[in-house]
Amino acid sequence: MTLPAILPARGGIAARAIDWMMRHPAMFTFLMVLPIVLWLGIVYIGSLIALLMQSFFSIDEFSGVVKQEFTLSTYAELLRPANFDIILRTILMAASVTLASAAIAFPIAYFAARYAKGKWKALFYIGVMLPLWSSYLVKVYAWKLVLAKEGILTWVFEKLHLTWLLDGLLALPVVGGNSLSVSYLGTFIVFVYIWLPYMIIPVQAALERVPGAMMEAASDLGANPGQSFRMVLFPLALPGVIAGSIFTFSLTLGDYIIPQIIGSGRLFIGQAVYVQQGTAGNIPLAAAFTVVPIVIMGVYLWGARKMGAFDAL
Amino acid sequence: MHSDTRAPLPLKIAAIGGLVFLLAPIALIFVYAFTTEEKSFQWPPPGLTLKWFGVTMGRADVWAALALSVKVAAISTCIALVLGTMTAAAVARSRFFGRETISLLVILPIALPGIITGISLRSAFSLLDIPFSTWTIVLGHATFCIVVVYNNAVARFRRTSGALIEAAMDLGADGLQTFRLVILPNIGTALLAGGMLAFALSFDEVIVTTFTAGNQSTLPIWMLEELIRPRQRPVTNVVAMLVVLVTVFPILAAYWLTKEGEHTEGAEK
Repeated sequence: MTLPAILPARGGIAARAIDWMMRHPAMFTFLMVLPIVLWLGIVYIGSLIALLMQSFFSIDEFSGVVKQEFTLSTYAELLRPANFDIILRTILMAASVTLASAAIAFPIAYFAARYAKGKWKALFYIGVMLPLWSSYLVKVYAWKLVLAKEGILTWVFEKLHLTWLLDGLLALPVVGGNSLSVSYLGTFIVFVYIWLPYMIIPVQAALERVPGAMMEAASDLGANPGQSFRMVLFPLALPGVIAGSIFTFSLTLGDYIIPQIIGSGRLFIGQAVYVQQGTAGNIPLAAAFTVVPIVIMGVYLWGARKMGAFDAL
Repeated sequence: MHSDTRAPLPLKIAAIGGLVFLLAPIALIFVYAFTTEEKSFQWPPPGLTLKWFGVTMGRADVWAALALSVKVAAISTCIALVLGTMTAAAVARSRFFGRETISLLVILPIALPGIITGISLRSAFSLLDIPFSTWTIVLGHATFCIVVVYNNAVARFRRTSGALIEAAMDLGADGLQTFRLVILPNIGTALLAGGMLAFALSFDEVIVTTFTAGNQSTLPIWMLEELIRPRQRPVTNVVAMLVVLVTVFPILAAYWLTKEGEHTEGAEK
């Protein structure tokens, strides 16, 4: 007995609907992406655009009501010294956090990519993933414990007879303060810690792709370790570093919780947005402030793309 | 990139030092959960006690915040699983107009700073007169959870041969059977890993939540309030330790599940 070449269609509405979709691939694709387009394309992008439109409105100084007519005066307000300082401070912090993360991430990524095997490889994997996925607030809280005046860091400096060094650091103008947990230095350390895994992962991915033979070839051809780092390893790792810097830079630009909990009390962009939309009730200015990181990241991503950073992600 | 040469000592010191820097603060949380000191963050702890675990267990506000967090994370993960898989199936299987735009669209909520997502959702809610509720929190969370499921699913779909699906259909399986018997077993572990990471992401989210939550407190919101205005530090210590334990488990599990495959998850949070 032979089975018919074409099986009869199956019963049931669900089965028939799916069979129908299978015969119409375009329809299938359309139905599959429809929910996401509705959700992200309309609800999410719609909210984003609605917010950005607000930045072209202004707030009436006396009544505090938003005037719904086109103006650039809200953007002009960003240039007032108080607001401009906030922007400058945030960019400076993001840049130094990015540089420091790259410097700390590189040896970790290089060791994990080239030398770590077996148990060490797993340990480095966990060592990066655990802080990456642990609760953000718990990590910030942990640093409050570490940096507190009576905390472990002061104790370590004391045991090493280096209290003078800590006091010296805290006595520095601008970056110092009463204790590490109320200084720029503290904010900086916490930012570096929180975003470090985002730098390690792409740098390590880039370094994994460098053949060990290439490094040996460099030294066979007479390069000293410094030269082979500068002329072979670093250029090859650069796309990974840039990919990581996208995260460290962008995440620092937008964060408003870390400087609020560990910092000197001077505002960063994220906090300015929060204050303006909340207690100050100035949505247009808050919206204008959010445009700043978007524009900076737009330029940054465009530059990173030119340097091939996206291949390293 | 492997080589049999030994690492230079300075590199080894820098790498291990970096590892200590990454892990020590988390380890510290476990010590502070047992400290007898109540008012300050004194180190070394003057004594160790289990008393605060009991006190924390008796706190209704902690339990309420935990329940809300679990509920929100569970619902958001389910939404993300359905939407993320559907989108991944379409993007991996076919080429269509706007395909690149959709992959960009999915990544956007995580690429933009959380504060931008939060404030734009909040102003949209107020424009549309939607009152804050558990569902507004879920809406915000699902928006950025979709990407982790999508990333895992799309990578797996690309590795799953299309011929497998065609073979199943040729052998007489209908669409539903093909999905249940061929596609699902193939993408199952990727979905599980993606789902767990989405859960962890939602469970931990604080920035978007502060804008979409109204008066309700998820566990991270509770934690944030304790950080800004501390009421009972030992309770915060204990909660912090429990949160670490809860988030660590899915990470380790996701690691084991995808160890055999590619490492797409966790590459961007």
